[in-house]
Amino acid sequence: MPALDITGVDRTFHVAGKPVPALRDISLSVHEGEFVAIVGASGCGKSTLLRLILGLDRPDRGEVRIDGQPVRGPGLDRGIVFQEHRLLPWLTAETNVAAALRRSGLDSAQRRQRVAEYLDLVGLTAFAKAWPAQLSGGMAQRVAIARALVNRPRFLLLDEPLGALDALTRLRLQAELARIVRHGGTTALLVTHDVDEAVFLADRLVVMQPHPGRISDVLTVDPAARRDRSSAAFLRVRDKVLGMLGVETEGARAAAYETAA
Amino acid sequence: MKRFSPLLVPLGALAIWEAVSRLSRVSHELLPPPEKVAFRLWDGFAHGGMTGDLAASLLRELSGFVIGATGGVALGLLLGLSRPANRLLGPLFLGYRQVALFAWVPLLSMWFGGGEQGKVAFIALAAMAPAAVNTWRGTSTLPHSYIELSRVLMFRPLDYVRFVALPGALPAILTGLRSSLIAAWLATVGAELFLDVAPGLGGRMNEGRETFQMDLVLASVVLLGLLGLTFSRLAVAAEKSLLKRRAA
Repeated sequence: MPALDITGVDRTFHVAGKPVPALRDISLSVHEGEFVAIVGASGCGKSTLLRLILGLDRPDRGEVRIDGQPVRGPGLDRGIVFQEHRLLPWLTAETNVAAALRRSGLDSAQRRQRVAEYLDLVGLTAFAKAWPAQLSGGMAQRVAIARALVNRPRFLLLDEPLGALDALTRLRLQAELARIVRHGGTTALLVTHDVDEAVFLADRLVVMQPHPGRISDVLTVDPAARRDRSSAAFLRVRDKVLGMLGVETEGARAAAYETAA
Repeated sequence: MKRFSPLLVPLGALAIWEAVSRLSRVSHELLPPPEKVAFRLWDGFAHGGMTGDLAASLLRELSGFVIGATGGVALGLLLGLSRPANRLLGPLFLGYRQVALFAWVPLLSMWFGGGEQGKVAFIALAAMAPAAVNTWRGTSTLPHSYIELSRVLMFRPLDYVRFVALPGALPAILTGLRSSLIAAWLATVGAELFLDVAPGLGGRMNEGRETFQMDLVLASVVLLGLLGLTFSRLAVAAEKSLLKRRAA
């Protein structure tokens, strides 16, 4: 049985009295330990899909199931990193992470130890007592990653977590994210519009199209292709996905030709 | 030069006051010159028992402020955090805000008498509203992203209040408390002027008016202004130091 099973999900919002379909007939299965990236242009409903998995929103039709049980609300089995770090500005880095443990059932010594462990995992032990306003964007996002992981969730949901960072920090954090997720064996779902990032991190790519949001393609990334961003294999996958998203590159044309032939 | 520019207008006003009381035909009984008022102020503290009056007024103000502000913050939290309370009490509270504060004087003096209790009740009522309004606004306009975060982290209602609502609304609550402090000070003088005579700065002003000592009245006014200014400065400083760590 897949760890996470999404079947025939529709979600429609009403904007100024008019129905706007955000998701139509989404079906997707994710297996334990898998890293799945959902890529698509803005407006394709990929964040809506994450909210449904989180339990912050309910589908109009269809179902989101974890181990066969329908999702009815948020749970500590699912951690989330949002695009903005959403750290509470009045708490230090470590108390922000510790706040996620309120419902963990751990005693205070265990909590302290767990917080230290995860701050260490994201390399911010020295900044445990820093206020969010004193941290750079990349550091704040690493605290947010520690907060999302500190409950050792089965699922790590990433909603364009690196989208607001500068290009260099983003590259560095992508490598760190790869290490962190593989380290814990967490099942990860990444929503992004950065195709490079998706190819670099994910075992499987889910390509979505907008208006209404739907899944157009699913493809598996060969681990060998992932290893080197400038390898021909990496670029082939990237260009193929870019082509699916309607971005013309030399590579995408070649890939389209290949597929057609 | 820039450092002294806030003093420019008060000093100018003082000069005009001095000039008018010296050069015009207005009697010194009606408009005593500044130095006479200053002397009266000094004399009041040195021999006239002004210290006792000041202490009585301050004690009254602070008692009313503590009672009113506590009640106001509590009411504001209730209105801001509980949807049923907001629906049931919100309109009532907004209606109450439309009634001028002094309209409560007859009622309060019947319930609590015109003595110390009535005065403190009036001051508390005055201090309550700004604290309540600002706390209400602060807790009900928290960013939606924080509410979502609290749901994801599975916060219980009390965790939400402790980690999100109270600290998130703190700037607004502090603004409210500052307004409450000033409202309480204004109400203190009002209560002392309009309720039973008792030691206090308002009592002094009444005495000055009845015995036609305008220097005493004006000395009290100056003192009230200076104290109000001090309160406001202290409150701003406290606010700054409490919120300092949020901005690097």
